[in-house]
Amino acid sequence: MSDHAHTHAAPAPAVAPGSSTPAWRLVATLALGGAAAGALVAYVYQATLPSIQQFADARIAGAVNEVLAAPARLDTLYLVGDKLSRTPPPGVELREVTKAFVGYDDQGARTGVAVEAGEPGFADDVRLMIGFNPATSALTGYAVLGQKETPGLGDKIEKDSAFGAQFPGKTAPLRGSKAAAADPSTVQTITGATISSRAVIKIINNAVARWQPRLAAFDAEAPK
Amino acid sequence: MTAPSEPVSASEPLVPGAPPPATLWVDLWSGIARDNPVLVQMLGLCPTMAVSNSLANGVAMGIATLFVLVGSSFLISASRKHIPNEVRLTSYILIIATFVTVADLALAAGFPVISKALGPFVPLIVVNCIILGRAEAFAGKVSPSRAVADAVGMGLGFTFALSGLSAFREVLGSGSLLGYHVLGSHFEPWVFMVMPPGGFLTLGLIFLGMGWYGTRKARRAKERSA
Repeated sequence: MSDHAHTHAAPAPAVAPGSSTPAWRLVATLALGGAAAGALVAYVYQATLPSIQQFADARIAGAVNEVLAAPARLDTLYLVGDKLSRTPPPGVELREVTKAFVGYDDQGARTGVAVEAGEPGFADDVRLMIGFNPATSALTGYAVLGQKETPGLGDKIEKDSAFGAQFPGKTAPLRGSKAAAADPSTVQTITGATISSRAVIKIINNAVARWQPRLAAFDAEAPK
Repeated sequence: MTAPSEPVSASEPLVPGAPPPATLWVDLWSGIARDNPVLVQMLGLCPTMAVSNSLANGVAMGIATLFVLVGSSFLISASRKHIPNEVRLTSYILIIATFVTVADLALAAGFPVISKALGPFVPLIVVNCIILGRAEAFAGKVSPSRAVADAVGMGLGFTFALSGLSAFREVLGSGSLLGYHVLGSHFEPWVFMVMPPGGFLTLGLIFLGMGWYGTRKARRAKERSA
């Protein structure tokens, strides 16, 4: 078996002894090749960028829709400095601006706010879209935007609906517990994925704590 | 594997270290079976371990590698007379990296979910030893048609090996195949099968089976000739 494996792999210099290539040809080959490769990559990047960004936008929109339970109307607030504003800061790519999405029901009443937040989980950052009511700290749910947790264990924060279903209605700040609890601030962590579960809890607690004063300040300044 | 009696084509002077002449079919078939990059040459085991935890990932990784292998082998073979020997590896890597970037962007634009699941492993095809190995040992020394036949064979061999491995791991590790539950709700998934130890174990079992088969075949052949 092993002799077949090396049939093709005969290591030998592919040039006759004594021959050498002038330096300018080496430089020219690499320069031409590099320029052609660069042009091709730039072209493909430009061609694929719209659909890649479209997908990223659709994922954000889908997550907002999920955590705010399909609001009738959605307002986007932009974070400028440490203040929220209805108008985006000028001259900045919209995708780069931190945003809060405010959902309203068909009566025009505010149903919740969705914000994006991320912190390290068990492997790499976990990024969530978190929906909550800033007045009561009650959660409306979360959706996972990105995670690289252990398949079969930590990725249950995304794939196990029983874990995610605990969150709507709970009040931040949350606590994790290994046993099932009826307490309005306690969620049961996933067996074998305590670190991932705690990461979700921590991200939510920190996000709510960070966003509540901003939203309160915005409401105080601009009553609707 | 190759027929030594076959005549060397006059238009194609043999480059030192070039593979012996063979038909395109033999070039193609060798990568799928007798020189399978994963199962026989044991190349590209890093991505094999990393992405073979579900069939969809395995197939996508196989196809992405196949695309890069065919594209880069063709271009390397077609331009082999213009690439000075001193900078050939640099040029090969340049060509390979370009194809990988194109594949990565195309995957992100066309199949975002799979692209997300494969994560950093698509960009890492650049350093997959199967591709540079085939470029140096084969594509850089033969005509484009043979290079493409070899690349298709090696790419398919990689895809098949990865698909088999990942189907086995997904069924036992998640109880599903391509996301559909196949083992019923009473089956408790063997979580470790979708984690790295499960990959090593599965690959070890495959090598064990192939070793056993190879030894048995050799013994039979010996008995027959005796």
